Amino acid sequence: MTQSNRLQQGGRIDRSRVLNFTFNGKTYQGHAGDTLASALLANGIDVVNRSFKYSRPRGIVAAGAEEPNAVVQLGQAEAAQVPNVRATQQALYDGLNARSTNGWPNVQRDVMSWVGKLGGGFMPPGFYYKTFMAPASMWMTYEKYIRKGAGLGRVPGENDPDIYDHMNQHCDVLVIGAGPAGLVAALTAANSGARVILADEQEEMGGSLLDSRETLNGAPASEWVEKALGELAGMDNVTLLARTTANGYHDHNFVTLHERRTEHLADTAPLANGRRQARSRLHRVRAAQVVLATGAHERPLVYANNDVPGNLLAGAVSTYIHRYAVVPGNKLVLSTSNDHAYRAALDWADAGREVVAIVDVRANPDGDLVKEAQSKGIRLITGSAVIEGKGANRVTGARVAKIDIDRFAVTGQVEELVCDTIASSGGYSPVVHLASHTGSRPTWRDDILGFVPGKVTGMTPAGGAQGVYILADVLHDGAQAGMQATQASGIDTVAELALPQTDSSRESPACALYQVPHEKPTLRAPKQFVDLQNDVTAAGIDVATKEGFESIEHVKRYTAMGFGTDQGKLGNINGMAIAARLLERSIPEVGTTVFRPNYTPVTFGAIVGRHAGELFDPERYTALHQWHVEHGAEFEDVGQWKRPWYFPQRRRAEDGERWETMHEAVARECLAVRNGVGILDASTLGKIDIQGPDAREFLGRVYTNKWAKLAPGRVRYGLMCKDDGMLMDDGTTSCLGENHFLMTTTTGGAAAVLEWLELWHQTEWPELEVYFTSVTDHWATMTVTGPDARKLLSEITDIDLDRDTFKFMDWRNGKVADVPARVFRISFTGELSFEINVQANYAMHVWKTLFEHGEKYDLTPYGTETMHVLRAEKGLIIAGQDTDGSVTPEDLGMQWAIGYDKPFSWIGKRALARTDTARQDRKQLVGLKPTDPRVVLEEGAQIVFDKDQAIPMDMQGHVTSSYYSPTLESGFALAVVKGGQERMGQKVYLPMPGGMTHEAEIVSTVFIDPKGERQNV
Amino acid sequence: MSDTTYGNVATFDTRPDMAIPRESPLSVAYHRGSVPAPSRDGQVLLEEKPFLGHLILRGGAIVLDEALREVLGINLPGRPLGLALDESGECSVQWMSPDEWLVIVPGGEEFELENRLRSKLGEAHFAIVNVSGGQTLVELSGEKARDVLMKSVPYDVHPQNFPVGKAVSTVFAKASAILRRPAEDRWELVLRRSFADYGYRWLLDAGEEFGIGVKR
Amino acid sequence: MFYIHCPYCDEHREEEEFHPKGQAHIVRPADPENCTDEEWGDYLFFRDNPRGIHHELWVHALGCRKFFNITRNTVTYEIYETYKVGEQPSVTAERLAAKEKQSGVQVADGGWQTVGARPESLDLNASNEEERA
Repeated sequence: MTQSNRLQQGGRIDRSRVLNFTFNGKTYQGHAGDTLASALLANGIDVVNRSFKYSRPRGIVAAGAEEPNAVVQLGQAEAAQVPNVRATQQALYDGLNARSTNGWPNVQRDVMSWVGKLGGGFMPPGFYYKTFMAPASMWMTYEKYIRKGAGLGRVPGENDPDIYDHMNQHCDVLVIGAGPAGLVAALTAANSGARVILADEQEEMGGSLLDSRETLNGAPASEWVEKALGELAGMDNVTLLARTTANGYHDHNFVTLHERRTEHLADTAPLANGRRQARSRLHRVRAAQVVLATGAHERPLVYANNDVPGNLLAGAVSTYIHRYAVVPGNKLVLSTSNDHAYRAALDWADAGREVVAIVDVRANPDGDLVKEAQSKGIRLITGSAVIEGKGANRVTGARVAKIDIDRFAVTGQVEELVCDTIASSGGYSPVVHLASHTGSRPTWRDDILGFVPGKVTGMTPAGGAQGVYILADVLHDGAQAGMQATQASGIDTVAELALPQTDSSRESPACALYQVPHEKPTLRAPKQFVDLQNDVTAAGIDVATKEGFESIEHVKRYTAMGFGTDQGKLGNINGMAIAARLLERSIPEVGTTVFRPNYTPVTFGAIVGRHAGELFDPERYTALHQWHVEHGAEFEDVGQWKRPWYFPQRRRAEDGERWETMHEAVARECLAVRNGVGILDASTLGKIDIQGPDAREFLGRVYTNKWAKLAPGRVRYGLMCKDDGMLMDDGTTSCLGENHFLMTTTTGGAAAVLEWLELWHQTEWPELEVYFTSVTDHWATMTVTGPDARKLLSEITDIDLDRDTFKFMDWRNGKVADVPARVFRISFTGELSFEINVQANYAMHVWKTLFEHGEKYDLTPYGTETMHVLRAEKGLIIAGQDTDGSVTPEDLGMQWAIGYDKPFSWIGKRALARTDTARQDRKQLVGLKPTDPRVVLEEGAQIVFDKDQAIPMDMQGHVTSSYYSPTLESGFALAVVKGGQERMGQKVYLPMPGGMTHEAEIVSTVFIDPKGERQNV
Repeated sequence: MSDTTYGNVATFDTRPDMAIPRESPLSVAYHRGSVPAPSRDGQVLLEEKPFLGHLILRGGAIVLDEALREVLGINLPGRPLGLALDESGECSVQWMSPDEWLVIVPGGEEFELENRLRSKLGEAHFAIVNVSGGQTLVELSGEKARDVLMKSVPYDVHPQNFPVGKAVSTVFAKASAILRRPAEDRWELVLRRSFADYGYRWLLDAGEEFGIGVKR
Repeated sequence: MFYIHCPYCDEHREEEEFHPKGQAHIVRPADPENCTDEEWGDYLFFRDNPRGIHHELWVHALGCRKFFNITRNTVTYEIYETYKVGEQPSVTAERLAAKEKQSGVQVADGGWQTVGARPESLDLNASNEEERA
């Protein structure tokens, strides 16, 4: 197929490089330097999509980020699928494969088109809400088909083969947009020595200068661009980021830039130097100053059938001709309210194609461009506008008439011009989106007929972004902004930049025109589209206001205006202006909706960066991790730690040898501890070294129990509450010296407890002389537990393990396997236990030595699941599992660990006397024994007293921990039950989903060895 | 003897007095074999400096400064984010907070240093904690080392903001790390033991495009 | 993402390094045992939720681990100052209001998301608040 719309000369494409690409299954050719959009236009493709709601054929309208129609699905292989790509922003590469996003089964023949043909009456605004919401239960069914019919692109069904990353950037001046204002601002800042980042979303930097008819220093503007970029590229203090969109402008000048690094090369990132490279990169920029040089978007005029393919923005026409040497048609009618748009007609004529007429709504336009058009003999129709386009899959004509804007009426005869392209321009809207992300409110300016960015601390708008459009002014404004930003960033001497000479030009004032009146009233005229992506029409806004939706935010939600992936870049201002006219208010009175990040859609990969796969979240390993891996441990995530959950072994069964189930492994591990000896890697416990003369006093204030008399060599279990009296954490603390303690915390609570201690020390009791230091990672902790623990340990330690000299809740220094160790005789299993602490670098040696000697005792490694069963059999709680921030030590029945008479009112004490915490019927910790021993109650299951009560039943508590005990040969549980401590022996019921109700008896929390003799052997 | 008491604080030499196999925090990675060899065109080099002596010093700057100068011959960096090294570059003192410093010395010297500091400091209010088993030092060098850091830490590592002699604690990927610049051509990361494997995997991944190699 | 000046490290750091800890200047009653339930409840549970100037306690959790205070505008998110524990703020709602009244600057109203909304919309917002109150 020939590129029928490609010019023989001009443009910034490389004609020597032919690229093949596929669109909707057909193969075409374009050139290096094309966008997908320019290549489609070059090949004369008119229909690129079907519209969202009415399924009308749609063509390319714009040449940049504001494009509402040409949204495609990209990618050949399933894994490389990318939805939601604007063809105007996608560089062409060889082998590119694109499909229309909308249109099922295809854009030419669309099963949804009957909806569109039936017309607006069938799908008024609010259609979805009104039609499909009732009955609500059916919405899911409707929605499936609406989505399929509407088409919003699809995610790949396979994993993305590409990698992505983040880059943290800091700079003095971030310049967003490399058009004339941005380039000058960047040069100014860079020449002054500032650290500058210049980001631009297009394939090439230069912005409007790349399609300008104007000269700089007497040469084409693009030559100056090249020189400026060369200068910037040569400077160490400048980072140039092309193909990089500033997508979010966040607090305190934090800006996210999405750099598309390889999207212009292939579906998936090619290797660079034989190595993988990131397909996209998210730059997280903290800028001292931001220069917003984002330019302006042209506003289309809203006239009947303005959505038929062949309707384009005037500026887009110029861009396609100048940059891509593509004329998107043969016979042009231009409808405009300003001088600037005349460029489209002049460029069109220069390309050798026919300009049928320029239709200008102003009575007497007389700017330089107007005169130039007249001198070329182009027909000029003033005081008029295109009121309606003709055609279905392509424009075939334009109906033109005199109009009266004030009366909003067509006042003259309608003339129908034969043409295939209608270019329109209703003026320009500064791109205020980024400034608006910060919460700042754009301000309307009547003189430029647009909103300009509101004030943002540390941000300076420049050029088109603040409504400055004449090139000489833009350059001057950019220099000013660059200077201002540089100085504000703390650089005093700013080098003044010699600005290039511009052509002098004069523009006649623009006229405010948004919706063009039609002979028929808006509600009966052919559709006049405001938001092309979401099929919102002027009639829709009319209906919305008539139905009482007056706030623009309500109009937006009722009509879905601006809800598309284009965020209404083209339509929003027109929509507001229409609402304002209908409500007889001014535009600033109506206001605009808020733009939010992201400016254009960002691929998830870029947001995720390298925080994916095995780097999704930190994995914390103990010093013994390698051993666990080698010995087949199944791991459990405890916070970020990987802890062995259980160690399955091969076992012989009726059906041959197989791996143990978790249940089998845990039962084996439990019995090994109860009957022989087991070992647990307890290194994850939080450990805090506490030193200072006031350490003891401090402990007394943060723990509920007493610490005044704990002697060196002794260990005590402590409860820590918040000041509301609720348990926060627990653990043992050992007295190492008179002024020296080692506190342990729960695995998950380590960081929070250390911060908690610092909080109280730094804010409430700075006079206490004490220091806290985390030693969690310094020590590896191995728990050797079971009746044979002493026998095993005595083989490899010089510590006297005699039960009467090294008593329960003592600790001793010595050597274990020749490594200096602190050994604590504490127990979380109810069995004789020694917790061996050694410096982590030596832990593996000690652990392996224990196993060498442990073989004869059948030393069994166990994991967290067995640890849970064993501790629960003893009624030992886990803070955060059996408690949830609403449980006091009294609720736990742990009055023995509360120092009611300590002199200082410790944290949590006062709260225990509050009426609510002193209530008798609070939920209290009890044991539960299911009547049927085979039942293992569900953790979280609700408890009722009356199993026959009608729903809603009175819920009296819930299960907090529940396991099967191989020792008891029964299920058992810990639970909190209202007034539970007074209900020993009573039956409770646990209704389950599905109608079954379990029965259980309230028993003591200690299921095994109530006198605690086993740990004292 | 590994058991000494200074006043009311127990000190403890955690190092065995004989040759015992030991494993650094990166041992899991080494076992896994993910140790890319340095290549000719590699632009980043990673090297672990394992088994060094790490001590946390807490106390007032003036008291500690005097003791440290006498015992170690290094001035205590009194200003925030300071990093001071001795001439050999093997001993360093880093500002961590207004009352906290990290001292790193060659492995095996930490216990004696602690004891000497304790006798020097006497009855002053201070704390010294041995954390040698809890963290490891990883050195990054090469022309793209800074780029790898930019991918890893939100802190500004531009030489203007991060001159030699600076050290910060900051976010590293989704964990935290100490980042130090002891010399023009080298960066140091102090990684917590339990996070070290994650940090190492992160660095290898971030450095892949620069051909990162690991020196062992 | 805030950029916060740590008064101890004496430089700006990314928000990721910090944890917010709620309202600043909450002092634990000196004699808890002699507080009424109401007084104790006030200390435990009741916090200001102002629109505008707010003093907050933060900790440089991944940096120097020190707690400090921030004076922040809850509408604009502007941080006016950070100061050490034990110090008093130099920017307060009262002082700022007086200053802005003097210079004729309108105090940010915030909350209502419509940009350039007509005044009635703000009234609507205000009346909703009255209803809630």
